[in-house]
Amino acid sequence: MSAFEYAPAPESRSIVKLQPSYGLFINGEFVDGAGSFKTISPASEEVLAEVAEASTADVDRAVKAARRAYEDVWGSMPGRERAKYLFRIARIIAERSRELAVLESLNNGKPIKESRDVDVPLAAAHFFYYAGWADKLPYAVPGWKPADGHSGADPRPLGVAGQVIPWNFPLLMLAWKIAPALAAGNTVVLKPAETTPLTALLFAEICQQAELPPGVVNIVTGAGETGAAVVNHPDVDKVAFTGSTEVGRIIAKAVAGTNKKVTLELGGKAANIVFDDAAIDQAVEGIVNGIFFNQGHVCCAGSRLLVQESVADQLLESLKRRMATLRVGDPLDKNTDVGAINSAEQLSRIKALAEIGSAEGAERWSPACELPERGFWFAPTIFTGVSQAHRIAREEIFGPVLSVLTFRTPGEAVEKANNTPYGLSAGIWSEKGSRILAIADQLRAGVVWANTFNKFDPTSPFGGYKESGYGREGGRHGLEAYLAG
Amino acid sequence: MTATISPLSEVTRSDAALRTFLHGLPGVDRVGADARAAGLGTRSIKTTAKAWAIDLAIRMVDLTTLEGADTPGKVRALCAKARQPDPGDPTCPPVAAICVYPSMVPTAAEALRGSGIHLASVATAFPSGQAPLKVKLDDTRAAVAAGADEIDMVISRGAFLAGRYLEVFEEIVAIKEACGKAHLKVILETGELVTYDNVRRASWLAMLAGGDFIKTSTGKVAPAATLPVTLIMLEAVRDFLDTTGRQVGVKPAGGIRTTKDAIKYLVMVNEIAGERWLDPDWFRFGASTLLNDLLMQRTKLATGHYSGPDYFTLD
Repeated sequence: MSAFEYAPAPESRSIVKLQPSYGLFINGEFVDGAGSFKTISPASEEVLAEVAEASTADVDRAVKAARRAYEDVWGSMPGRERAKYLFRIARIIAERSRELAVLESLNNGKPIKESRDVDVPLAAAHFFYYAGWADKLPYAVPGWKPADGHSGADPRPLGVAGQVIPWNFPLLMLAWKIAPALAAGNTVVLKPAETTPLTALLFAEICQQAELPPGVVNIVTGAGETGAAVVNHPDVDKVAFTGSTEVGRIIAKAVAGTNKKVTLELGGKAANIVFDDAAIDQAVEGIVNGIFFNQGHVCCAGSRLLVQESVADQLLESLKRRMATLRVGDPLDKNTDVGAINSAEQLSRIKALAEIGSAEGAERWSPACELPERGFWFAPTIFTGVSQAHRIAREEIFGPVLSVLTFRTPGEAVEKANNTPYGLSAGIWSEKGSRILAIADQLRAGVVWANTFNKFDPTSPFGGYKESGYGREGGRHGLEAYLAG
Repeated sequence: MTATISPLSEVTRSDAALRTFLHGLPGVDRVGADARAAGLGTRSIKTTAKAWAIDLAIRMVDLTTLEGADTPGKVRALCAKARQPDPGDPTCPPVAAICVYPSMVPTAAEALRGSGIHLASVATAFPSGQAPLKVKLDDTRAAVAAGADEIDMVISRGAFLAGRYLEVFEEIVAIKEACGKAHLKVILETGELVTYDNVRRASWLAMLAGGDFIKTSTGKVAPAATLPVTLIMLEAVRDFLDTTGRQVGVKPAGGIRTTKDAIKYLVMVNEIAGERWLDPDWFRFGASTLLNDLLMQRTKLATGHYSGPDYFTLD
């Protein structure tokens, strides 16, 4: 017990009106699905609601509704009119931000301070940002010239987008997918992750509140089979997926030989590179943010720390001291830094890889922390003495587990950072500007952060190299994936 | 973060050695430091934790009056308030110290006798420090002789910014000697040092020279104390303890007016330097108006309702 014991400071749940059951959102209405499943709070295993499971036939209804909305209303609506709906959605998200944040933390397990300060504001920001693009699409495509020669014609949308999103940032990933699709004039059928459907369903309510024309946004809940039905539906023109590389491969195969356009946002094993001239205290913050933000359930997490040997001991000592102040527990407590692991399945995967790390000879360390009895929990963990040959240096753990490797020269740092099948993100820590630029140039990663980590902004494109996927989301580049040109 | 030059006394043998050491300290990334301070500022301190923090903050206040218009009457009134901040509530603790100009020390010493409350005096040509060393030393000795047991000195920011680190160092050493048994707080005047790298270097310089406390500001220059600057100084005292085994205190001063702010500082002390510093011997608030807000929040917490400012004494 420390001298300054922070009293519990829970955010109230009362703002969220949970319904006992939720239907599918098709053609502007909530309808029954073929089956149903329970969704829980990973922090307590409490059942929150019963959610409809969409069958292939349900998905077909949703795609048909999206097609009708595309042809009758949305595809031909002037951009400036579409923008009004997007601005309205953005404002409602901002207005209902507390409700969305509490629901997100309940269903996902992430700390309320993150859903409140990161997920929800960024989701609103994405809608605001793409709302601004809706009537400026000719400027989104470099060198755009209308085929028929008359000025003012916009690049054409693709049609119906089938979108499948992960459980780590349920509302934010929804915003990343839906905002650019709608701005460009597409209609969507979106499948949220099986374990985190609730904020997507609240978003469906927001679409009703914004009086979005029926069928423009359809939400079909369910597991892998529902997702496959969305991806494989013959009348889907565009597939957008964020999730594991394993599923990404299946999707790439499924759409091969069709006319569907695809963007894939997959896994990562990012290197966070700390040079000996780094601002050490801030680098430690960046390392902590890089791997323990959102329990490490982040595709661009800085899961490999590459630290220059000459400062390694000193840095690790600081890192451990800092980790000892992380507060693990109730996601709804405003002082919680690290929340619950999203599912039993994910927890067992993290545990298994951590066991492998120990078995391979790496040294495992966690601060003393009491974990709640119920729910899915994993203490923040670091492995030192890791080498490139270890599985924990190569495989994506997708949890609060950091692998620490050392290097001696800048060349070695680059070599190790790039020696991975992934290439989503990387971090560089140095007080020397010229070094940052030189190293960033050599890293094969879609996003390179300098003296910061896990910073997201709707204006900035995001995406990977190699097995981290293809296509870019965010910024002007994010629109191109939804335009036929 | 510790620069491992051993023994540390070697680093002050010449201007060049001192410069090499101070410039060899890890840099501070301003954006990152600001973000960390802001992040800690979002901690939510409620109920029992808040009550505990308010009482600790009261016990950490250096109740200050540093005006040209100060009179013995004003100082006596302040001393009475220091002893008994809330006359209506005997459970309210006294403050840590009174902080006045040297000419007011005899009056304050008389008024505080037997209370256990420390008596701090600013000295060394406060607030600018622009006077010959001899004047500064006399200023210090006079304050100590009159009864001050804590001296708040200012460093020569001009010399520091000109890179004459050894001169600044030697001046602090001389003042420390003139203090005798009195504790020495070294005011960095961070608002004039401007960069966080300078704040870190000045902190180490003051600690190497024997300062018992490092203090942000005189309160006469804006910006005075800020959360990020205090963060840098808390990191410095933490690292200095690791390196040398000697603990140095921290005193943010100027601009801290609300309970909410004070609690943010205490959270930062707790999570950056550690709970060893959660003690009036190692952390102080230099403030004049903060105390009344602490008292008002204390009463609110105990009774459930706010009384107006008229229910708390002006001084």
